[in-house]
Amino acid sequence: MKKVITGDHAVAIGAKLCRVEVVPAFPITPQTLIIEHIADFVNDGELDAKFLTMESEHSVMSAAAAASAAGARVFTATSSQGLAFMHEMLYATAPLRLPVVMANASRTLGGPPGIWCEYNDSMGARDSGWLQLYVEDNQEALDMVIQSFRIAEDKRVLLPVMPCLDGFVLTHTVEPVDVPEQAEVDSFLLPYEPDIILDPKRPAMIGTFMPSEYIMELRRQTAGAFESAKEVIQQINSEFAQKFGRDYGGLIDTYMMEDASTALITMGTVTSTAREVVDELRQKGEKVGIIKLRFFRPFPSYELKKAVSYINALGVFDRSISYHGGGPVYNEVRSSLFGMKIPVINHLAGIGGRDVTTKQIMKMFELTQKAANGEKVSDVYWHNTRGETV
Amino acid sequence: MITIKELSDDNLFTAGHTACPGCGVAMSIRNAIRVLGKDTVIYVPASCAVVFGTTFPYGAWKVPFFHTAFENTGACLSGMQAAFEKKGKKVTAVGFAGDGGTYDIGLQSMSGAAERNDDVLYICLDNEAYMNTGIQRSGGTPFGAWTTTTPVGKVIQGNRRFKKNLGDIVAAHEIPYYATLSIGHPLDFIRKVEKAKNIRGFRFLHMFTPCIPGWKMDPAKTVEVTKRAVESGMWTLYEIENGEKRITHKPGKMKSVKDYLMMQGRFRHMSEEDIKKLQMWVCRKWNLHYKEKGAPEVCEIPQFEEHHAVTEEHREMHGP
Repeated sequence: MKKVITGDHAVAIGAKLCRVEVVPAFPITPQTLIIEHIADFVNDGELDAKFLTMESEHSVMSAAAAASAAGARVFTATSSQGLAFMHEMLYATAPLRLPVVMANASRTLGGPPGIWCEYNDSMGARDSGWLQLYVEDNQEALDMVIQSFRIAEDKRVLLPVMPCLDGFVLTHTVEPVDVPEQAEVDSFLLPYEPDIILDPKRPAMIGTFMPSEYIMELRRQTAGAFESAKEVIQQINSEFAQKFGRDYGGLIDTYMMEDASTALITMGTVTSTAREVVDELRQKGEKVGIIKLRFFRPFPSYELKKAVSYINALGVFDRSISYHGGGPVYNEVRSSLFGMKIPVINHLAGIGGRDVTTKQIMKMFELTQKAANGEKVSDVYWHNTRGETV
Repeated sequence: MITIKELSDDNLFTAGHTACPGCGVAMSIRNAIRVLGKDTVIYVPASCAVVFGTTFPYGAWKVPFFHTAFENTGACLSGMQAAFEKKGKKVTAVGFAGDGGTYDIGLQSMSGAAERNDDVLYICLDNEAYMNTGIQRSGGTPFGAWTTTTPVGKVIQGNRRFKKNLGDIVAAHEIPYYATLSIGHPLDFIRKVEKAKNIRGFRFLHMFTPCIPGWKMDPAKTVEVTKRAVESGMWTLYEIENGEKRITHKPGKMKSVKDYLMMQGRFRHMSEEDIKKLQMWVCRKWNLHYKEKGAPEVCEIPQFEEHHAVTEEHREMHGP
């Protein structure tokens, strides 16, 4: 059924369709609509879940971890300062292999404070053990909540998943969304049946004190689960595409990459704008393409290498800065492409929610093409920034 | 009501853990779980109890155990209880948090669970300092006590603040049940644990748990120290059920706080003046707890000659 809804609403409906059992919640802009919609579902009897109004995000993730350890399917949502506040608990959920799903409404992490889109909130959680993905529109937001639970609860993975949607650009913007039928989702996502939980009938100790003699094996296992996750993500993407007719490409998606000589790596909603630019440049005969980076963790190094193997230069869009010169995505991409003789140019834009226009993306392609032609360009560009040249 | 003879000996918190001899925390946990029984799930935040009871690959718990962090006992109990309720499981969710994990870093999380009146049992094991990290002052540390962050220096000696009144803070949430306990008073202890187990909603048990290295005391004297604490008024045994407060054990005659202090190295440096200040605080507390309506003060607040210092402390305690 088609509905015209905000991204937050789409995420909430996605969670409802997954029959989530426990939802600890705390408000933060621009995520709040998600938990408000879920509260409505619960109080209207549309969703049979325990909705917990916690007193902070730290307690949200604590309750989420405990509820998951007790065997429930757990969903929550957060953003920015909230994600930072629960940071400690992100590190508890992942190694304890608790498949919580939490939507993150991407928002600048202060100070100075702001409420608009930036990725510096979730990028800081890069090494917490959470899978991270970034969606482009409200449909993908809904669909990826459903896929996230499948990925998280897969026995080969058993890790928490964080679908991120651009603050305001998606969270508060209405778009037509095809809402799947409950029965369809039920056949795609079966009830969560974990092996080890907090159950007096089969007592287990979860989160014991771990001396150095044992911790490395545990870390190694978690790292192994990230490797397995790559295959699982692709499988679930295909299965979802078959069932619901929407194929997102898995770890990455590509546009016009078959014969591209210059490409731009994008994330989130900027991808849509970049598609417009690619169409325009293609009409002028320029062989440009886009790689939409969907998952940041696990990082699709292999898929990227494959996708760029025939191109002459690569631009990388970053919506946050890592204070080592460029953005975190740029860093990962360069590391992944080490040994390949492709110039990689970093394009910082849209930070703090600043609009990313077609004009800027045009400029990104222009600069990247210069690099492809062997012209001298900088490694990193700050687009649409006072005092900068581009 | 369950009697000592009827207490289960299922060894749900088994021997072989690595707590210090005479550890008040281990004794409290062991006896509480004997009353709580098998259908219990435990949360322990960062504390000695995680180290001495769960260091991988060993574990002293024969009931399910969960641990993640320091400041989140209330929230973790709420989360697991929500899951149990959703799944239709009849389980008692029990947290064993220390004084640091309750008075200080975990206060917010505890308050959240209390305010929501979530159906969980929160137990605070109060050994009056951060013992697991090596004896640092917490909001539960008594006046005068030495800790590594309130050292006995040339200018400042020991903790200069009085123990935080956690009982009133917890009770202000208007929860069904709050009680203070001591392992020196086992009948009272068992009765309160059993009562808390059977009440629905947020229950809080506040256990007084001596720490051998932290209090610098004889490991054979754990029980004696808790008894002396109650006799001197440093600890009071009472319960608040649905807003009604009741003293559950009233000592016959008030013993001098000095008797209590001298059993422990952490107080041994205290000046006569500081002891008097503490005695004054204890007297006030004693009167608040034990004085009956219309009756004269039970404990006479000592008068001081050194007016200046006393006025300072007096202002801290009573306001300007």
